Amino acid sequence: MYEALSSFAQTGGLIYFVVMFGVALTYALWPRNQETFDKAARLPLSDGGPGDE
Amino acid sequence: MTQAIGNFRRANASLFAVGALLAVFLLLAVLMAANAKDPGMTIQAWTFVALAGTFLVGMCMWAGNPPENDPFDDTEYEDGIIKWGVFASMFWGLVGMLVGVVIALQLTWPNLFYFPELGWTNFGRLRPLHTSAVIFAFGGNVLIATSFYVVQRTCRARLAGGMWPWFVFWGYQIFIVLAATGYLLGVTQSKEYAEPEWYTDLWLTLVWVTYLLVFLATLWKRKEPHIYVANWFYLSFIVTIAMLHIVNNLSIPVDLAGTKSVQVFSGVQDALTQWWYGHNAVGFFLTTGFLAIMYYFIPKRVNRPVYSYRLSIVHFWSLIFIYIWAGPHHLHYTALPQWAQTLGMAFSIMLWMPSWGGMINGVMTLSGAWDKLRTDPVVRMMVVSLAFYGMATFEGPLMSVRAVNALSHYTEWGIGHVHSGALGWVGYISFGALYCLTPWLWKRRGLYSTKLVEWHFWISTIGIIFYIVSMWFAGVLEGLMWRAYNEFGFLEYSFVETVEAKHISYIIRALGGLLYFSGAGVMAYNLVRTALGHGEASAAEATKPDVTSDSEPSLQPAE
Repeated sequence: MYEALSSFAQTGGLIYFVVMFGVALTYALWPRNQETFDKAARLPLSDGGPGDE
Repeated sequence: MTQAIGNFRRANASLFAVGALLAVFLLLAVLMAANAKDPGMTIQAWTFVALAGTFLVGMCMWAGNPPENDPFDDTEYEDGIIKWGVFASMFWGLVGMLVGVVIALQLTWPNLFYFPELGWTNFGRLRPLHTSAVIFAFGGNVLIATSFYVVQRTCRARLAGGMWPWFVFWGYQIFIVLAATGYLLGVTQSKEYAEPEWYTDLWLTLVWVTYLLVFLATLWKRKEPHIYVANWFYLSFIVTIAMLHIVNNLSIPVDLAGTKSVQVFSGVQDALTQWWYGHNAVGFFLTTGFLAIMYYFIPKRVNRPVYSYRLSIVHFWSLIFIYIWAGPHHLHYTALPQWAQTLGMAFSIMLWMPSWGGMINGVMTLSGAWDKLRTDPVVRMMVVSLAFYGMATFEGPLMSVRAVNALSHYTEWGIGHVHSGALGWVGYISFGALYCLTPWLWKRRGLYSTKLVEWHFWISTIGIIFYIVSMWFAGVLEGLMWRAYNEFGFLEYSFVETVEAKHISYIIRALGGLLYFSGAGVMAYNLVRTALGHGEASAAEATKPDVTSDSEPSLQPAE
């Protein structure tokens, strides 16, 4: 029981972490997101009231 | 117009809801006070009645005398609460640091600063008061205030929930007072950084879940489609602290009108849960929360875009996925299975990279504005905080290695390590944020005195250096003395000899702490004068948080 659970957790954990890192990396590097991120990087710089675009 | 009236009504509903909630808890507190099983509970319950009662009466008086305009106007940001937050942070920061100086003196000159007839001044009671006051009272208030400021600006939406954010703020202050007075009375569940007993924990749970809902509701009604990275960091901080706090404080009260409770977990399970909590308090309270501050205040202050938004995404997800596993490095060479210790150590080493990702992103945001390091002491403070962050997140993985831990654990090296993170990183980024916020909120042209910021910076930096160098020295010294054997296989030194050897280091540490506290005092004076509009802060011309406005922000440098 312990052996089965721990090997599942270890192998599963490894796969899970690598996949999640891949997802985050893909999202961050996806070319179409570039424009959104460029705009987001300057988000703190603009001053505006509630509701301003 | 109808929209505004609708909002006013909804906000009124929140007013009644907060009032009803307070009334219920007041009733419970009176019942507990009347049936109190121990003197600690009598004092704690009446303290709660006094504080929550004052809050309720104050709120009723405010609601009974409504201002001309809608106090919950959705076309304006909620800034009143943040002004309170700035002063609460300053106040608790000074209290917490002062207590730190006192306990440093107690360790240095135990004969002079030991008062057996005054039990509440004992080191054992003042030490949790110091740690909780600086982490949760000072740090927590900085985080609540800045998160409320940042989430509104980056979402282009007023804080959601009408009266509920005020409940979060005042409810949190009540938690702080209950916890602090509890420690002085000797009421504690003896879990490091989680000392408050079961009823204080329940109150904090209520406040914290409300905080989460207010934050989520504000994100929900945002006008800006993208959720800015600082909000992701704040959200991870709020969600994870809720989870850690609830699981680590699972306990059953011995009596519903008594202070004592019994932990649900015991033995090594309890230890593992405690350090899962303890290390993630460092990870999600003292790291992600303050990284959120960095991601708003540094770009804003230097008027430059975030260096690499892609890096911010990758290091955010790596950081939160890895941090949660690092806790077992606090339990090397214990009953915890060795594979779990190794797991904690491996994840701690992996943490190095996402931590430095954040540091690099923050420092490089100054690209094209490096001159501000010389001209703006507030920017310098925030950049030095990142340098300390980088240093502490390199030292941490090193100390988590089992062989290094064999030398460093239980020694002053640990104290030095946490203080390079706490004084350098958390303290300086918070001071930077407070220096930014005060002129912005009170609509002042600048700070009362930039020269005083310079003084603060140098006094405190020298203080930090004294502190961490003396503790490194003392830590390695006592670690080596503890493990020294003589030729017959006996221990070379008795314990008291190792204590004696640290005396000089303790004197230097107390001096360092005193300098750091003095620097914070200079800041408090400067901020009060700024709010009052004295000196360079006079002419109230800036209506928007504009810092230098020397030019349009330049294009983002090529990555």
